Amino acid sequence: MGFSTRYRGNILVVSLSGELDHHTADELRQTVEKELDKDIARHILLDLSQLVFMDSSGVGVLLGRYRRILAQGGKMAAYSLHPHLEHLYEVAALSKVIPAFASENLAVNELKKDEGLRR
Amino acid sequence: MNGWVELRIPALSQNESFARMVVAFFALQAGDWSVAELNEIKTAVSEAVTNAIIHAYEDNLDTGDIVVQGQATPGTLEVTITDFGRGIADIVRAREPLFTTKAHEERSGLGFTVMENFMDELTVTSSPRQGTSIRMVKYLNLTTVQ
Ligand SMILES: Nc1ncnc2c1ncn2[C@@H]1O[C@H](COP(=O)(O)OP(=O)(O)O)[C@@H](O)[C@H]1O
Ligand SMILES: [Mg+2]
Repeated sequence: MGFSTRYRGNILVVSLSGELDHHTADELRQTVEKELDKDIARHILLDLSQLVFMDSSGVGVLLGRYRRILAQGGKMAAYSLHPHLEHLYEVAALSKVIPAFASENLAVNELKKDEGLRR
Repeated sequence: MNGWVELRIPALSQNESFARMVVAFFALQAGDWSVAELNEIKTAVSEAVTNAIIHAYEDNLDTGDIVVQGQATPGTLEVTITDFGRGIADIVRAREPLFTTKAHEERSGLGFTVMENFMDELTVTSSPRQGTSIRMVKYLNLTTVQ
């Protein structure tokens, strides 16, 4: 699998491509953890447009990152969910914790929604 | 088309994608599966093979083998994934959604839930220290068979 990271303000945007399974999970875990250690990110946003495969091991890694960002008072979201992931998203009830939006901007709006209130 | 395939591989994580690819290619040449169905087959195979690697053989290198068997008849695909590892003591419990014996390793406990939802039949046979066999069947959508 491949991934790249960038920042949009205080949002860490992670673009995933290829296949996320138990074999590739560690790499993703380490990359995201390293970025979170920099203390720049308040929220995490996943670009899932190029991720053509994911199984429950992938779900485990995503939920692990979700727990950390939640503990820091942040949120996690996704956008452009690849059609191959739709059934897994539904079976794992992922939209409850990592809601998926049609575009990056829609997801960013959601992440920033109640930020002003908390400061 | 009728046919079968059998694959014996060492329990290494890099073989997870290999095993699901082989089954997907086999399914594709045997039946008229949709892209969505093929993806469900791949995901279910990935779950069973991954479980053999991390649970049956405890993620140790040089442990054991995994046997992946596929059988196709017109309209059905049957896949069996067998390991010779530690076995499952309580199958009913293991199949419960979110149940995992490795929560500290960020397991989601959803492997069996995915297999159940993505395939039409799931049979789990296991005995302690002998191993585990996962048999899954999927039926071609009746409207696409014609
Ligand atoms: N092949 C196997 N050998 C031994 N134990 C297994 C095997 N497959 C599954 N298990 C047991 O069943 C539990 C549930 O499996 P699963 O639903 O895939 O969740 P997870 O893999 O996330 O733990 C595992 O935590 C493990 O204890
Ligand atoms: Mg599993």
